[in-house]
This record gives sequence, C-alpha cells and structure tokens, in this order.
Amino acid sequence: MFFLDFAGNRILMAVIASLHVIINHPFAVGAYPLVTLMEWWGHKTGQPDWDRLAYKITFVLFIITTTVGALTGVGIWLSAALIAPFGIGSLLRIFFWAWFTEWLIFVAEVVLIMVYFLTWKRWAEGFMKKVHIGVGVTLSVFSWLTMVIIVAILGFMMGSGTWPDQRTLFSALANPLYLPQLAFRTTFALITAGLLAWFTLFFFTDTGSEFRRRAVRFVSGWILVWSVPFAAASLWYWNVVPVIMQANVNVALLTMRFALWYETLAQLMAAAVIFIALTALIGILRPKVIPGLFLIIPFVLGIWLLGHFERVREFIRKPYVVADYMYSNGVRVSELPVLQRDGILPYSTYVHHRTVTSDNLVEAGRDVFIITCSRCHTTAGINGVVKKFTDLYGQEPLDSNTLRLFMKTMHNSRTFMPPFPGNDKELEALAAYIKKLQDDYEPIFNAQTDWTIKADTAGSMP
Amino acid sequence: MINLLVVSDLMPVPRDLELPLPLGEFELKIFLVLLFLVHILFVNLMLGGSVFSVIFEIIGLKFPRYDTLARRLAETITVNKSLAVVLGVGPLLCINLVYTLHFYSANALTGYAWIQIVPLVIVAFLASYLHKYTWERWTGPRKRLHVTVGISAAFLFLCIPFLFLSNINLMLFPEQWRQVSGFFSSLRVGNVFPRYFHFITASLALTGLFALAWLSRKKYPVENKLPGFSRPEIRRLFYRLAYYMTLAQLVFGPLLLFTLPYRGVTGLLFIVILSGVATALIVLLMLRAEIKATDDKIGRRLIPICILLTLVVLAMGTGRHIYREACLAEHKVLIADATARFRAIETATRMRLEAGLGAGDAIETGPTGEKVFENCAACHALNRVLAAPPLTEVAAIYKDDPDGIVAWTKNPGKKRPQFAPMPSFAHLGDVRLKMVAEYILEITSEVNPGE
Ligand code: HEC
Ligand code: HEC
Repeated sequence: MFFLDFAGNRILMAVIASLHVIINHPFAVGAYPLVTLMEWWGHKTGQPDWDRLAYKITFVLFIITTTVGALTGVGIWLSAALIAPFGIGSLLRIFFWAWFTEWLIFVAEVVLIMVYFLTWKRWAEGFMKKVHIGVGVTLSVFSWLTMVIIVAILGFMMGSGTWPDQRTLFSALANPLYLPQLAFRTTFALITAGLLAWFTLFFFTDTGSEFRRRAVRFVSGWILVWSVPFAAASLWYWNVVPVIMQANVNVALLTMRFALWYETLAQLMAAAVIFIALTALIGILRPKVIPGLFLIIPFVLGIWLLGHFERVREFIRKPYVVADYMYSNGVRVSELPVLQRDGILPYSTYVHHRTVTSDNLVEAGRDVFIITCSRCHTTAGINGVVKKFTDLYGQEPLDSNTLRLFMKTMHNSRTFMPPFPGNDKELEALAAYIKKLQDDYEPIFNAQTDWTIKADTAGSMP
Repeated sequence: MINLLVVSDLMPVPRDLELPLPLGEFELKIFLVLLFLVHILFVNLMLGGSVFSVIFEIIGLKFPRYDTLARRLAETITVNKSLAVVLGVGPLLCINLVYTLHFYSANALTGYAWIQIVPLVIVAFLASYLHKYTWERWTGPRKRLHVTVGISAAFLFLCIPFLFLSNINLMLFPEQWRQVSGFFSSLRVGNVFPRYFHFITASLALTGLFALAWLSRKKYPVENKLPGFSRPEIRRLFYRLAYYMTLAQLVFGPLLLFTLPYRGVTGLLFIVILSGVATALIVLLMLRAEIKATDDKIGRRLIPICILLTLVVLAMGTGRHIYREACLAEHKVLIADATARFRAIETATRMRLEAGLGAGDAIETGPTGEKVFENCAACHALNRVLAAPPLTEVAAIYKDDPDGIVAWTKNPGKKRPQFAPMPSFAHLGDVRLKMVAEYILEITSEVNPGE
C-alpha cells in the first residue's frame, strides 16, 4: 500500500488538489469572463489597448491552465488512486457518468481555450472578431459547467442525503450544501480572477500611463461588483455549514472545539475580505496610489481564504470517503462486523502476517497500523500517531491498555475517525506497535522502497 | 470451524469493490480501447513533434531552411500536447473502472515514480512553450540555449513513457507483484523495453505522416512559411522518415512479440497481430512507391495510407487488449472467487446480527498447525511407524524446542539407516513450519510417550 511516512498521504493529495483549485478558480472559471469582457469592451469602444491587455492576460492563462492546471487535474486522479484506491474506485463507479460528462466538457474547454488564444490575431476584424468574442463567452460557460458538476460530487462526499437508499447522482444534487457552495465558489472565482488581473496588469501596461489608470479602475470595479453577491453567498454557505456539521457530528466536545476555531476563522476571513474590498475602493477612486507589487497581497489573501474553505470541507467529510458507505481507510460500513470479529489481517492482501501471535505482535501491529490508520496518520511526521497519543496521555511510556481502550472507542469520542476495523488481538498488536514506536522509533518502509521484509504470508485471504 | 485456506501465496489476490460497474464490462472495454487509441495518437504526435523539431533545429544550425521547418513543427506541439492530456482522462477513467484492482495495485507498487508524472509533464510542457515562444528572440549567441531547452523538452518526453509503460505492464503480471519494490524493479517485469522502442518508433512514423499532411496541405503557403522548401520536397522528406521508422518496426515488432511473457500469448493474438503486420507491409510498399513518385504525383496515396495505418493501429490496439485479457483471466477468476467468499461471510454475519444472534465465533481463516501437518502425515504418524519415526519419537528429541523442528524440516539430515531421507519443506516458510512444530509438540504432550 502506498504510504508517505513523513508528510502523510493527505499532504500529497492536499498539495495537488489545492494547486488545482488555485489554478482553476482564478485562472479559468473566473478569468475567462473577465478577459472576454475586456475584449468586448475594447471592440465596442474601439480602444485597442483593452484588446492588447486582454490578449496578454490570456497568454498567461493559456500557459498556466494548459500546463499546471491540466496536469494537477489529472494528478488528482493519480494521487487519489494511490491514497484511497477503494474510495476513489467506489466513487468512480457511482459517478462515472457525471465524471464522463465533465470530461467531455473539459475537452471542449481545452479546445476552446486553444481556439480562443491561437486565433486571437487572425480573427481580428469585423465578423470574425464577433465570432472570437463568442468563443470567449462559450469558453466561460464551459469552464463554469465543469465547476457545476464537480461541486455536486464534492457535496455528495460531505453528506450523501438520500444516496444510501437511492444511489443516484440526482440525490447528491439535493445536498443542502450544493447551491450555497456553488454560489460561493463562482463569485469567489470571479473575484480572485480580478485580483489576478490586478497584479498582472502591472506587468502588461506602461507605468504612469493613462490606460493603466483606467485598467486599474475597471478591474477594481469588477471586484467590487462581485463582492456583493460574494458576501451574500459566503453568509449563506457559512450558515449552512454548521447545520451539516451538527448532522454529521454529534459530540459536544468536538463541536465546541470546532465552533471556537470557526469563530476565529470567521473574524480573520472577514478582515481579509474587507481588506480586499478597501483596496478595490481605493483602486476606483485613486487608481494611481496603488503600487504594483502591493497587489500581490490581496491575491495571496484570496488564495489563503480559499484554502480554508477547502479545509472546512475536508473536515466535515471525515470519517467517510463515501458518506455512510465507506470510511476513509477503505473499509465499508457493512463489512465492519466481520472484520471486528475475525480481524482485518486475514482479509487483507498486502500484509506480512495474517494472524497475530505472541512472536509477531509488533510486526503484525505495523501491518494493522498501515491498513487502519495510515490513510490519515503518519508514525512520526505530520499528524503522527505517537505524538497524538502523547499529547493525550503525557510523555511517560504509554500504557498499552489505555491505548487499547482508546482505540476501541475512538469513533465515539472523536467522530472524525472511523471505528477500529479489527479484532481484539489486532488491537493488542497495534498497541504494542505504537508503544514500540514510542520507545524505539523506526520509519515504515512501504512497497515502493522495501518489500524485502519478505511477506511470509502464511495463510491467505479466505 | 471452517477452513478456507486455498489461494496460492505467490499471487496477491485483492477483493473486488462491492459496487457494480456503471456500464457493461464489454462496452467499457470498447470505450477503453478506442479512447485510448485516440489519446495515444496525440501523445505520439506530441512526442514525435518534439523530437523531430529539435533534430531539425540542430540540422538547421548548418542549413538554415531546416530551422524554419523545426519551428513549424514546434508550433504543432502546443495543440497536440494539450489534446494528449485532456484526451488521456477518458481512458484513465475507463481503465480505473474495468481494471480497478490491477491498475491500482501497479500504481501503488511504483507510487513514487508514478506520481512524478505530474511534475515531469508540467516541466516538459513549460519547456516546450519556452522553446516555442523564444524562437525569434533567442538567436545568435543565445541559440545554443534555445537548442538546449528543445533538447530538454524532447528528453523529458522520451522519459515519461517509461512511467506509464511500467504500470501498464506491471498490472498484467500479478504473480510478480511481490517481487516488485518501486519503479526500477518494475522494469524487470515483463518486457518494458521492447514495448518502449516499439512505441517510440511508432510515434516517429506517425508524426512523419502527420507533418507531411499538415505542412504540405493544399491551403498551406509552403513558399512563405517554409522558405527553401517546395511542397514535393516536404512530402518526400516526411515520407522517407515515415518509411524508415516503419521499417524499423520490422525489428521492434517481432522483438516485442517474442519477448512477451508466454502466459498470455494465444492463437487469436497471433491472428490479430499478424493481420496488422500484413497491412503494415502494404503500407510500407505504398510509402516506397510514394518516395519514388515524381513531383507532380507525390502525395496521391496519402489518404489510403492513412486509412490502412488506422487499421494497423486498431489491430495492434486490439491485440494489446487480447493479450491483457488472456494474462489476467486466471487472476480475475481468483478475485471473483475471493470476493464471492467474502461477501458470503459478510451476508451471513449480517443475517445473524439482524436475527439478534450476535456476530458469532471468529472464522478460522489462516492456516493451522493441523492443516500444515497434512504435508507430513504421509510419513509421520502419532505413535506408529509409517515411513518415518513416529511423532512421539520426534517430540522426545525436540521437547520445548520447536525451532529445532523447524531447522530440521528446512534442511533435514540423514540419521536413521532404515528410512529413506526426508525431503526438505523449506518452501512452506518459517511461519507455517513453526505452527506445525508447535502442533506436533502439542499433540504429543497429550499422549504418554511410553505408549
Ligand atoms: C479518517 C482519517 C483517520 C483515521 C483512519 C484515523 N484517524 Fe486518528 N485522527 C484523525 C484526525 C483528523 C484527528 C485529529 C487531528 C488533529 O488534531 O488535527 C485524529 C486524531 C487522533 C488522535 C488524537 C485524539 C485527540 O483527541 O487528541 C489519536 C490518538 C488518533 N487519532 C489515533 C488513531 C489511530 C490509532 C488510528 C488507527 C486505528 C486512527 N487514529 C485512524 C483522523 C483519522
Ligand atoms: C516423505 C516422507 C516424509 C515426510 C512427508 C516428512 N518427513 Fe519428517 N522424516 C522423514 C524421515 C524418513 C525421517 C528420518 C530421517 C533420518 O533420521 O534419517 C524424518 C525425520 C523427521 C524429524 C526428526 C529429525 C531428527 O532429528 O531425528 C522431524 C522433526 C521431522 N521429520 C519433521 C517433519 C515435518 C514437520 C514434516 C512435515 C512438514 C515431515 N517431517 C515430513 C520422512 C518424512
């Protein structure tokens, strides 16, 4: 099983996925409408400066979206296959048609961006210019449609609503988070595109020129215009999230902790939004005042906000990868009783030991750890399991009985974790392994680096 | 107590997912083969374009007209590479669905390398943009730098296929999964290298034809865009390239076919591949005729050549699929079997729980000493002589020393003249031998050694 012992599997996925969102929102969904608008405005008022600026920004969009954007999109598939093969495999079986449609739209989007950019200079006059602007509009619509579909799938992962009974895509659309999230992301993408345009503008226009002033004012206007629906959408989203949280998480302690964090976050975010809006206001009133590099700050702030929203989303989703059907570690809800009775080792494919004996306690414990915890925890890196326990129980040598008790009921006390999917002997082995890690740390090697601790897989899956 | 010990340990047999496929398996496979071929066509053009472009640029250092040709080729990469990537997602979805377990297992075994695809392709793409958009600016002393960027992009494009091939190849051989640890060791499985060369030459041949069609099309102002070349010259040049690359397949093709691990080779595979080869031979003859044709006639056979080549590609794609199916047939049966048995246990347990009976006793799933002892029972009995000393005698020697039994069993000596020598059982592995040793000591402790 694939395992990054230091950074943790989640990090790999998070890096690729965040990068993708960061590219996708401002550079694609939000930016295409903006550059098309600039192009149209330039055409309508007969000012070639606008056209030139739009072209230059599109060049940046084109380079970035067809490289980093496209590849991180593919990368999400590749990394999900490594990190949660059972989860992503199941999701794919449920949502194949949604993803397939999304793929077709995505192909259309890429073809359109190529047409849009590569024909810019050729389709410059009269009727062809109108066609060209039309391509820009179509492109904007298509890139937004991919978002419409993806948000449905994300919403589904958070709370499946009626899915467990109906198992259809439409039941996922009925998810209460769907519309607020879509509204939130759309307006947010439009704003971040403005932020992006703001600071690229300073590379593409002449310092002190009249046009730069107009461009700054224009983009600031764009940001302010979208700020209003954005504020409304955030409030909507913000109010829906806790409802979902409460539905998913029924433990006071957690909700309290969450609420606290949620409050602070809310204040920070409000501050960030106000800062962006203020900058936009200055941009409109006094476009000359704003120095170029300064504009990178709102852009970074925007990205940071986005990152936090992703985090809330991920947090709500736990412990499931497919709500009420499969846990993040790939165990299905309905196979839990079998695994808790017979143990998970006998039913696993890549393990060194299939039965726990007094000789192999620690080694079998390592197998158990890899199967049941490693999707979310490392041994000693980020979210390392030993650290989690010493935070909980203090630095003294951990007591294996306490460990066992904690793990046996961890899904009740910490609802973001799935129940332990194994029997008592395996629990004992896992406790022994964690104790061993505390005393005498050794990193885990995985199939990539080492399989020489050759599987003496006595026995096999029934 | 049910004992379910069946499956060979050599081959990891994962369980299938519980959810049904969203579409029939057959339809999905058709989808997969077709979508994959379209994807790979653009991959071919991107790779071949990048390689030819930089080669022509280097030639162009001496013969300037080739520099322009290189540039025109480089311009095609932008579109081809973007299509190659987006069109890759469709077949990726399909292969994830139809070969979920095989594909994911191969991914996991080469994980670090597999995920490098993302950054490597990004860098390769950025390098090829840089190459394209600095053509006019990086001249004179900077030309070297420009060529270097081109070479780096081409080099990356040439390396990346290994990452894919190793996976596609590894997923076919589950019996070797246990021997694989990481990307480099996965290259030893199957026949990655012949596949690679076959793929590269195919890319170059296809790119030759594509460049021909694109750069000498009727509407294309050759004299303007490619100063120094005439339309027939361009055609002849690329026909030659396509011809020699296809000729090279006469070497790489058979090499690939005959290094295929035997297990998946079937009669049907031969028929499909050979009909593809026969068509390819016709293509070769036609290419030759085109090269020899006069200036006013050259290019007339392009469309039939492309049609025939499509047939060749379809045949090869189908052949690949047939081989894959044959390779995995046995493993798929094992998976289906393991999955069905697990489901049965799961259902039974659920029914017990629903009936309020509790989950019941654990099912003994692993081997037991008793089970392993079946290997010994032909010669050893508890307190009778069969073909070997009775267990009571054995136990007397190894009392409290199960490891001694293990050591002997792995490497038996010759003590007693009245018996034939005992064969070694090292292949059962230490864990099992330990179990049987403990089992022997346990059952003998219950009988009185004197009896
Ligand atoms: C679905 C992912 C997931 C799985 C699987 C999982 N955990 Fe966790 N675990 C978490 C998260 C998330 C946290 C909270 C991390 C934080 O504090 O930010 C956590 C926290 C913990 C803590 C600290 C609890 C506290 O209140 O401070 C312990 C101890 C722990 N996990 C042990 C385990 C063990 C042992 C396993 C394997 C049997 C396991 N976890 C499996 C996600 C998971
Ligand atoms: C083909 C017949 C055969 C089979 C099968 C067989 N043995 Fe033996 N075993 C023998 C013979 C013959 C001897 C006596 C060899 C001698 O003393 O030269 C022996 C001797 C032994 C001894 C005594 C060694 C000593 O130090 O005197 C042990 C222990 C033993 N076998 C274990 C096993 C185990 C465990 C298995 C099953 C995994 C097994 N044998 C299967 C034929 C067999």
